[in-house]
Amino acid sequence: MGTFIIRRVLVAISVALTISIVSFMLLHLSGDLATSIAGPEATAEQVERIRVDYGLDRPIVSQYLDWLGGALTFDFGRSYYYQSTVVDLIVDRMPITLTLGGLALALAVAISIPLGVLAALKRDTWIDRLSLLFAVVGQAMPSFWFGLTLIVIFAVTLQWLPAAGSDGWQHFVLPAIALGYYATPAMMRLTRTGMLEVLESDYIRTARAKGLRGGSVIFKHALRNAVIPVVALAAVELGFMLGGSVVIESVFSLNGLGQLAWDAISRNDYPVVQAVVLIIALFYIVLTLLADVANAALDPRIRTR
Amino acid sequence: MPLLNVNNLRVDLPVEAGMLHAVRGIDFHVERGEMLCLVGESGCGKSMTSLALMGLLPRKARLSADRLEFDGTDLTTLSERRRSDLRGARMAMIFQEPMTALNPAYTLGNQLCEGLIRHRGVSRREARERAIYLLGRVGISAAKDRLDQYPHQLSGGLRQRVMIAMALMCEPDLIIADEPTTALDVTIQAQILRLLRELQREFGTAVIFITHDLGVVARIADRVAVMYAGEVIESAPTPALYAAPGHPYTRGLLSCIPTPGRTPPGSRLQAIPGVVPSLVGDVEGCAFRNRCPQAQPTCERTPPLMSLPGDHRARCHYADRPVPAPRQPETMS
Repeated sequence: MGTFIIRRVLVAISVALTISIVSFMLLHLSGDLATSIAGPEATAEQVERIRVDYGLDRPIVSQYLDWLGGALTFDFGRSYYYQSTVVDLIVDRMPITLTLGGLALALAVAISIPLGVLAALKRDTWIDRLSLLFAVVGQAMPSFWFGLTLIVIFAVTLQWLPAAGSDGWQHFVLPAIALGYYATPAMMRLTRTGMLEVLESDYIRTARAKGLRGGSVIFKHALRNAVIPVVALAAVELGFMLGGSVVIESVFSLNGLGQLAWDAISRNDYPVVQAVVLIIALFYIVLTLLADVANAALDPRIRTR
Repeated sequence: MPLLNVNNLRVDLPVEAGMLHAVRGIDFHVERGEMLCLVGESGCGKSMTSLALMGLLPRKARLSADRLEFDGTDLTTLSERRRSDLRGARMAMIFQEPMTALNPAYTLGNQLCEGLIRHRGVSRREARERAIYLLGRVGISAAKDRLDQYPHQLSGGLRQRVMIAMALMCEPDLIIADEPTTALDVTIQAQILRLLRELQREFGTAVIFITHDLGVVARIADRVAVMYAGEVIESAPTPALYAAPGHPYTRGLLSCIPTPGRTPPGSRLQAIPGVVPSLVGDVEGCAFRNRCPQAQPTCERTPPLMSLPGDHRARCHYADRPVPAPRQPETMS
């Protein structure tokens, strides 16, 4: 298990470096940065001054190494737009995104796994059909529309919960439901499929032949094997929610990372864009790593591979 | 009183084409400490019979029996909860596929111990001690270290030994072994057979050994029941069956085994021509008659179970008398 983790961490570090190079290059290859920072009305002289001031006239490799050196010490420079450092901006916004993503995933897991197990156990009954309907609706409904519907019902009509802002826990309830429901169907269906497959397997028959009770057969012997692919999916879903919740963040006016990235892109605030891209990539890498470790803990066959 | 008494056991499975009668009214019994072999081709209902005895039939399957008694307890009326109290504790099962019969996610120790802990309420330590003892008894070296290993770290032969040890954990009265050697190499097969026979004698456990291999039967069985198309068509003590098989199907199976010295080298291997009849719907008359080399017009009628000398029974009109010569008119009604 120890060597397995070390190997995975080394892979993760090399992936992170690759991503940092790609994201840095992409931005610099997308056009002349000095021109776009200066704006359409700037004179050639102003553009040249910006190029020198921002260090954009130096070779791209040395620009990258400077930026990487800064990134390693959490120094991503200053925002071109806000009067603060990039790190301050991110530290300010990150808790909101993490709270939203964490709550949404917790909700999705809490619903999808029990429902998936139940649907598998009650295969082809009305419970199974109802859970399928629940999944199809979740998959088909755009999350912004579901978010707006929640606002209309619970914030406007019933006035139980606030519609916008991020001051207290109440503000996170509706966005977490909207985002969590979006992540639920795939995990639920995967749990159901996994359970159906595992319940047919020989070792479940062995477990029953030992006279184990139903709960022990289902939860100890079946669920542990059925849930292995679900863990990997949950990690990807969480990565997606942390990086791509910009839609939900803007529907509920939550000032999270997604909102920050969107603003930065539309204002040509490159230091912020680069930092956010790198951080979201790091989220993915860390989550994949955690999913690998969790899978290895669940399935001993992976550890020796 | 026999340990297990089965009378007119039927197992029906609904399939698309209708009702599949997988087991069609079989009778047999198992005495304490004896080894009964259930022999037959694939699809003859022997696995369904074993699952019916364990109470592990597929959910759709329907079971009925005039009598299905285990140590005086009527199994047909037992609740699922009481049934699971028997399973693993008093009747255990060894399966055909050792590669998939163990849960890949748990250590051998965990899987060996859980049954004993469930049924006897012993501590994990006591259970581990018994597991170590039994792993040693089934011929696994370094038993203590094995407890912390996972199934994928063991070969098929070793896993089947683990399955045997697992079946013995609670000292059951009856072990049902469903083709436990079919998936193994021939050399390993012989070891596992010898081991099962030894342990069965040592622990006094009754064993129902299910196989399609009459060669295996001769080496281990006290009694044999031959199944064909969901019925027991012959049952006898092993020596009697081999000396004077009463059913043409049994004779056919025996002639399929090449014997060194008797089968001339280079001669064609014997086979029984034809295929097993479909078990969907009813079977009229003798189920074997379309493949029987001695079939007579009489065989259109369902044959009775004929008693032969020495606890030997065969379901054939001609089990106790010579088959009429070919083309001769029917002599008996």
